[in-house]
Amino acid sequence: MGKYILRRLAGIIPLLFGISLLSFAVINLAPGKPVALENSLNPRVSARALERLEKLYELDKPVYERYWHWLKRTAALDFGRSFSDNRPVIEKIAERLPVTIIINLLSLFLIFAAAIPLGVRCALRPDGMLDKVMTAAMFFLFAIPTFWLALLLMNFFGINLRWLPVSGITSLNYEYLSPVEKVIDLLRHLLLPVTVSSLGGIAAMARYMRSSMIEALAQPYIRMARAKGLTERSVLYKHAFRNAVMPLVTIMGLSLPGLVGGSVIFESVFAIPGAGRLFYEAVMMRDYPLIMAEVVIVSILTMTANLLADVSYAWIDPRLRDKR
Amino acid sequence: MTGTLLSVKDLNVVFRHGLKEIRAVNRVTFDMRRRETLVMAGESGSGKTVTSLAICGLLPEGAASVSGSARFAGEELIGMPEAQLRAFRGRRIAYIFQEPSSFLNPVYSIGEQIAEAVRLHHGAGRAAALREAVKLLEMSGISDAQRAARSYPHQLSGGMNQRAAISMALACRPELLIADEPTTSLDMTTEAEIIKLLMRLKQEAGFSLLFITHNLAIAEHIADKVAVMFKGELVEYREKEELFASPEHAHTKELLAAYEKVGKF
Repeated sequence: MGKYILRRLAGIIPLLFGISLLSFAVINLAPGKPVALENSLNPRVSARALERLEKLYELDKPVYERYWHWLKRTAALDFGRSFSDNRPVIEKIAERLPVTIIINLLSLFLIFAAAIPLGVRCALRPDGMLDKVMTAAMFFLFAIPTFWLALLLMNFFGINLRWLPVSGITSLNYEYLSPVEKVIDLLRHLLLPVTVSSLGGIAAMARYMRSSMIEALAQPYIRMARAKGLTERSVLYKHAFRNAVMPLVTIMGLSLPGLVGGSVIFESVFAIPGAGRLFYEAVMMRDYPLIMAEVVIVSILTMTANLLADVSYAWIDPRLRDKR
Repeated sequence: MTGTLLSVKDLNVVFRHGLKEIRAVNRVTFDMRRRETLVMAGESGSGKTVTSLAICGLLPEGAASVSGSARFAGEELIGMPEAQLRAFRGRRIAYIFQEPSSFLNPVYSIGEQIAEAVRLHHGAGRAAALREAVKLLEMSGISDAQRAARSYPHQLSGGMNQRAAISMALACRPELLIADEPTTSLDMTTEAEIIKLLMRLKQEAGFSLLFITHNLAIAEHIADKVAVMFKGELVEYREKEELFASPEHAHTKELLAAYEKVGKF
């Protein structure tokens, strides 16, 4: 097992190299330059000033040379300074990343907590009333674009009902609240974004859980478990469940990048100061160092989480433990 | 201790497939005394397994409707509520099945699965139940029982798994053991060993054995009585010697002919 983890960790390095190379190429091929903003905002800027600016950002050099420079610096863990405000990139990300990680972890938790019982319930009576209603609801949720649903919910809960705040992560008077009120305030702000970012995942996971559970319940060892005289509860939650939940762990690992990518969209919609929105802003301003640093850090996080999912898979399935 | 243990009368099982009804078991009637070995023979699909599962309410709910009577030690099992039936399953009536490797749960160790039965019916603690599991495995002729208890089903051979399943079935000293083609998936040598083991354990523990098979050769070795099933009906049900000496039903003759043909090799 230890050997397997080491091998997987070593595999992250070439993958990171590929991701960074592609991202660097794509962002440089995209129209627009970091200097364009200064240019268009200030029509009187002189050609010489522009040239100096390009030189300052090293934009006068060819792409491959700049990539090589970037690679050397990054290997020494120096991500450079942001083009837009000259602050160290790593500092800007460190400010923004915790919110994003918290929202994603909460979403992940919500997805598991909602999808597993739902899927199991549907599997107990396939084609029963609950199953039919859930199937329809799930396809509906699956098909809805997240950003649109987010806007609808913001309008309904935030503006029509005035129950929940529509944007940001804290209220204006946050500083003056007691610790308990602070937590409540945070939760109220997080409720919509977390719900929205998990809905699609819940729909998909519940479908997987349902079919996985139906399959497990048809296995011979379930008949054996019943013949032993176990209660239906034990049969379902001890014997069928553990077998049924295994494929879900892998699917969860595979869907992580989607969840992280989704952060970019809903953080922008909900105006949450997280790493997703930072990335969006960086792309819009063609802030190359910031874009690249985010790509690298988020890739590492995603790949680590993926590895974690695979390791836990081996932990629940003894058949895999032997193979590795 | 030689009274009637199980008395099945006019047992019917009907499967519904949409609008179609399939009669899988039709008016099956037989008795089993304590310590008796009844071999139920017949080709695949003749209703042997369905009969054995119906006795303890193990057929899928909703898909199958069971009628008739099956009295076990005087108590009617057909129509008994699930919660009460559970007290019979495993504890007084135990099962072993055809493919031990798929009837054992792949994610729990052998020891855990046996200990589960011990804990369920005897209320033993975790450690005590595990010790008991190892003892049961030893009784089933597994030499390194400690290691077998720690193993998972995929790590053991079919024969070893069947021995484990037998240990599990006998964990609660049942009065009736229903063995549904327990040796069909095993090779000849292992088959002989498992049958010998079952007969030895039966001697020691004194349970009744309902042995389901399509192989009459086994019946000749172990049966007191033989029941032959054909298309959902019990077509012949007699003492072994009588049946082998003068088979009455055409299907019994066919089965015997097939057995003798194989026997000549």
